[in-house]
Amino acid sequence: MTRPCNHCDGLSRSRLLHRALAEAGRGLPAIEPGMPLPAGTGLTRRRFLAGGLGAAVAVYGGSRLGLGAFQEGIAAAASAPAAPILVSIFLEGGADGLSVLSPQGDPLYKKLRPKLALAGGTALAEDDRLYWHPALDGLQQLYSEQKVTVLPAVGYTHADQSHFTSRHYWEVGATEASLRTGWLGRYLDRVGKKDNPLQGLSLDDTLAPALATAKVPVASISGADQYDFYSKQVWGQVEERMLEAIGLMGHQPADAGLRTAGNVEVQVDRLRRQLIPFQSSNGKPSYTSPVAYPKSDDPFPQRLASLAAMLAAGLPLHCVALTAPGEYDTHADEPTALAQGLQLTSDSLLAFQRDLEARGLANRVLVHIWSEFGRRAAENGDSGTDHGAAGTGFLVGTRVAGKMVGEFPGLQKGLDNDGNLSATSDFRGVYAALLEQWLGVDAAAVIPKAASFSRPKLVA
Amino acid sequence: MHEGVPSVAVWRGKFGVPQAERLLWRAGFGPRPGEAQKLARLGLEGAVHKLTHPGREHLVGHAPHDENGRPLAPYDAWGEDHVWWLDRMVRTSRPLVERMALIWHDWFATSNNGVGSQRLMLNQNELFRHKGLGSFHELLLDVTKDPAMLLWLNGSDNSKYSPNENYAREMMELFTLGADRGYTENDVRQNARALTGFRNSWSQNLGPVKFHYDPDSHDPGRKTIFHRHGRFTWKDSCRLCVTHPDHASFFVQKLWSYFVPEAPDHATQRALERLYTSSKYEVRPVVAAILRHPELYKGPRLVKPPVVYNAGLLRRIRRGIDTTAWTWLDSMAGQQLFYPPNVAGWDDTRWLDTATWRGRWWIAEYVVDRQALDPGKAHQPYDAKKLLDHACEFWHNPPLGRDTRHALHTFAHRALADAKGADWKREQYPVMVQNALRHLIAVSPELQAA
Repeated sequence: MTRPCNHCDGLSRSRLLHRALAEAGRGLPAIEPGMPLPAGTGLTRRRFLAGGLGAAVAVYGGSRLGLGAFQEGIAAAASAPAAPILVSIFLEGGADGLSVLSPQGDPLYKKLRPKLALAGGTALAEDDRLYWHPALDGLQQLYSEQKVTVLPAVGYTHADQSHFTSRHYWEVGATEASLRTGWLGRYLDRVGKKDNPLQGLSLDDTLAPALATAKVPVASISGADQYDFYSKQVWGQVEERMLEAIGLMGHQPADAGLRTAGNVEVQVDRLRRQLIPFQSSNGKPSYTSPVAYPKSDDPFPQRLASLAAMLAAGLPLHCVALTAPGEYDTHADEPTALAQGLQLTSDSLLAFQRDLEARGLANRVLVHIWSEFGRRAAENGDSGTDHGAAGTGFLVGTRVAGKMVGEFPGLQKGLDNDGNLSATSDFRGVYAALLEQWLGVDAAAVIPKAASFSRPKLVA
Repeated sequence: MHEGVPSVAVWRGKFGVPQAERLLWRAGFGPRPGEAQKLARLGLEGAVHKLTHPGREHLVGHAPHDENGRPLAPYDAWGEDHVWWLDRMVRTSRPLVERMALIWHDWFATSNNGVGSQRLMLNQNELFRHKGLGSFHELLLDVTKDPAMLLWLNGSDNSKYSPNENYAREMMELFTLGADRGYTENDVRQNARALTGFRNSWSQNLGPVKFHYDPDSHDPGRKTIFHRHGRFTWKDSCRLCVTHPDHASFFVQKLWSYFVPEAPDHATQRALERLYTSSKYEVRPVVAAILRHPELYKGPRLVKPPVVYNAGLLRRIRRGIDTTAWTWLDSMAGQQLFYPPNVAGWDDTRWLDTATWRGRWWIAEYVVDRQALDPGKAHQPYDAKKLLDHACEFWHNPPLGRDTRHALHTFAHRALADAKGADWKREQYPVMVQNALRHLIAVSPELQAA
């Protein structure tokens, strides 16, 4: 009996919602029709070079709003030591690790995957059983430059096969159902500032659960140019004054409930000002990139481009989370869907890496790519694969150690009783290593039972 | 009132319009124009009685429809389940019944992400509406066998052949006792055995169907739960949890938190526990006692959940449901009904952050934009104070504090000052300021927390 996959129905619905949100954002008029711009309104647009970093950014609005905050941000960033940046990229749906790195050199591979088995391509230098998916040519290029660490079977024992539960575990950094703060959120609660929502930034429609904090503010924007505040029939100078009033209303000494609401208004005001230099005009980004990013309807390449521009402009970012493009819950017709998602993800990441290198920022950034689980070793009857256990992960950056973390366990001995790949590295050990080797804090304070996980060497 | 039950403190201060308005926010979705005045005239006792004994429901205003005038399809169309319930919140004559349904939806948090059927979710919602002020024991029994819950926490996967502890654990941890309070891992395992027996079938077209209790799937053996021994069934599970000595304190503390932001003092906590147990686990008297409690009136404000905020703005200007946009707007603000983030429900102490606040900004924008005045046609006075008074009248004079009024007046004053020296600005800026003030009032701290 085939049992319908409830969790997957839910997953596609949650993706629908994301799409609806993105659509809704696009449908909003950027400029009120009939708005007399710029004559008569005092609205001006100026371009600046950011702090000698070479990023051209446009500032909209009068000096009261844009320029002051912009210069303030640059000044603050210039005076602070450059923090390492951790970028988390989530392949939503459970990416098929056995196609991402196909074990063509494993004698059981073709038996388990009679229809789906990939053939040919480039083998991994560290394990010649494993071959790069052809769509990952960008990542493979970076691997040949020693800028990629491969985790061929990362996960945890007794993997939960619900998308939501397993993702939750990865996001909170523990197999605890009721934990509400994310692993990066708890880190930021220790080191973050009370007045910098950009320190934990989701480039997404909603906050990544990994960034959920208990104490310090974090932010979610669907793009650097997407933190907009429209009000119908209000524009020009009046609109500028109106947006200033958000912060004015934030000073509420009298009542604890009002203070909560007021404090958030002050944070909203600060974040909006920090992002003014990135507002777009006529749908075009207001920054320039030194390299070409893939052209796509998906916002992912543009989000990475804006991320590089924000870092170049000295905005105080620290932990950043994005969702990769593509459909990874490939219960049916896997080959096409998987290749499309991987190609855009990999091409965008290659462009991002080259962008950072061109801007002289590459040593500050480390990218972590993960999925909530891998997929069943045996294919199903629909040219697809069902939920599995361990999956493939990557770390990308000039500072990665570049040595494979955990071996590929093989399909003979490396499968559990359900026919899923067993993990040879634990995601909590990876988090602990990132915290200690990249972010420079004791993982024990962030990851529950951190002492019980061994740390792979991740940073050179 | 039973003899020997210590009484719970009652608010003895003035019960005027501000108190009635606060009560309507805590026990519902805020006042429609004139409702706070009407409720204030009943006095505290009369007002609480009216809310807790509302009689038959009648819906006020037009039936809900989408942006094209079509009726909603809450069972079938994605997101229309959310606006369907929002409509009940906006139009109901029994606000506390809907608010209790929202509380139970958070308490027994079930997500359609795991259920995969809007029909089953709405059936569960109807259960919360019908039984929400009755016996908690009965509610727990009904929730335990509710099809949406059976799917969500694997109740119908739990059989004597392959036990599944999901519901057994959450039943204690989240629904009746609290994490690590008065139960052990062994109690969870034994409770899972007692709960075996629920089954359902799967239809290719309809999904999960034929929910039933199958005695053959039930584990009839002896179990030990909370040091008691017996051949327990699911009904015994519910009884054992509700009569557990640690249940009443959990129940009171959790229920209280939905109405009052700061925990009750020891005497209040104890008195409410006694009231609850002596009434044989009735919800209504406990809620009534909380609604009469001095802390509700003199304590700090409570941040409104996003849907309460949204429904409240619509009630204030007597607007019904005429768009399905509220689904994604409320989701932006952090609350899509029928999709709580996990089985623990929403985090009711952390509704506001920079992203969800922006969601509220957009909710407010969608509420006011139909009535936005055209600066090229409309006329408004070139006077900051008058503009602010007009904007307050638009919202039927919500109680704004001095700090907020000062901020809004400062805005209006500065914006009008910008208009000096240009005739077209002197004509058009006051109209824009009026539009802006209406929007700003809607997102002001006073309208986010009540």
